[in-house]
Amino acid sequence: MDNQEKEPIFSAKNLKLLTEPLGKNNPITMQVLGICSALAVTVKLKPAIVMALSVTIVTAVSNLVIAALRKQIPDRIRIIVQLVVIATMVILVDQFLKAYVFDVSKQLSVFVGLIITNCIIMGRLEAFAMANKPWPSFIDGIGNGAGYGLILVVVSFFRELLGSGTIYGYPVLEKLGIYKTGYENNGMVILPPMALIFVGLIIWIQRSRDKSLIEKN
Amino acid sequence: MENLLNIFVKSIFVDNMIFAFFLGMCSFLAVSKSVKTALGLGVAVIFVLLITVPINFLIEKYVLKEGALIWLGESFGDVDLSFLTFMVFIATIAAMVQLVEMVVEKFSPALYNSLGIFLPLIAVNCAILGASLFMQEREYANVVEATVFGVGSGIGWLLAIVGIAAIREKLKYSNVPDPLKGLGITFILTGLMAIAFMGFMGIQL
Repeated sequence: MDNQEKEPIFSAKNLKLLTEPLGKNNPITMQVLGICSALAVTVKLKPAIVMALSVTIVTAVSNLVIAALRKQIPDRIRIIVQLVVIATMVILVDQFLKAYVFDVSKQLSVFVGLIITNCIIMGRLEAFAMANKPWPSFIDGIGNGAGYGLILVVVSFFRELLGSGTIYGYPVLEKLGIYKTGYENNGMVILPPMALIFVGLIIWIQRSRDKSLIEKN
Repeated sequence: MENLLNIFVKSIFVDNMIFAFFLGMCSFLAVSKSVKTALGLGVAVIFVLLITVPINFLIEKYVLKEGALIWLGESFGDVDLSFLTFMVFIATIAAMVQLVEMVVEKFSPALYNSLGIFLPLIAVNCAILGASLFMQEREYANVVEATVFGVGSGIGWLLAIVGIAAIREKLKYSNVPDPLKGLGITFILTGLMAIAFMGFMGIQL
């Protein structure tokens, strides 16, 4: 992408909005938002990627809509307005998934609907879109969705590789002939609790690399 | 009766909202620093589930499902509103939470003081919407079964959050590696508790 020509649109400040959620201000490991779905859909890479894309789209578009409407929304009923905007987006995404990737939509089951109550979206709407212009809000939505997606992809990559011996459904370990040496898939990794432990390890790695993120209490 | 007991036990232990589906994780991690507040939030969750799950069940059965509107007349027999599920469920939940808050404030100020701050939080707790969506997916036969499922899920959630809060209180005295402090260790602890809860898997009464 040529950032040179679009300098005003991708100014340094906006770029920071895009990149910061990927590391320092990651929605999952730092802001503790959107954990519920992050853990449940990470058994395989494919649903995780679909989920990450869905959340990114919903976050970005609802950020955009709310930011555009922010001066019209009465403060007292803002939560209901936000929920309606989010729910509309989620319905669109859900219908789209049902039409084009039905098997993934079945695997995700209730978690598509739960995007509505995904705290990332509400959190970003409250913290950012209500106080900023539409374009930066849109970028912020994309950035936070991507930061969420990054963790999902990392966790599901390792869970699928260690648990089922495949990557995106492709039997890597079998092709490499690793099973002949007596290696067996670790069934434990597929079970839900391991997702929590993986995220815990990611937090550990992230915070030991950047000491400033360590919590003091 | 046996069936109801089965649903009850299953929704508390086997299909525990937190340890099997990770629902309500955000508030689970944020409000689990002391047992007292954890207990308050847990009770509020049970309360809201007790009200919203049966209401959503009735809405689903008499309004949203394909052919559910037949009681309005023959010509409504093939209306299918199920695509509106998310919007209607979340609206019901948000409205009910608001209503419960007002009623509790009016009639029981003491209860309001202890639950009050948690009630608005609950509207966006995924465990509440999740319970309604699971209720829809598992197709419970009648409103009693749905209610029992709702209460059971709430009790399961309460057990989980009180458990982790108790552990975190004790954790103050242990020597956790610096980068793991706070969030990191809580994740790993929850993972270990979840493994313990998996021992309940397959229980059938």
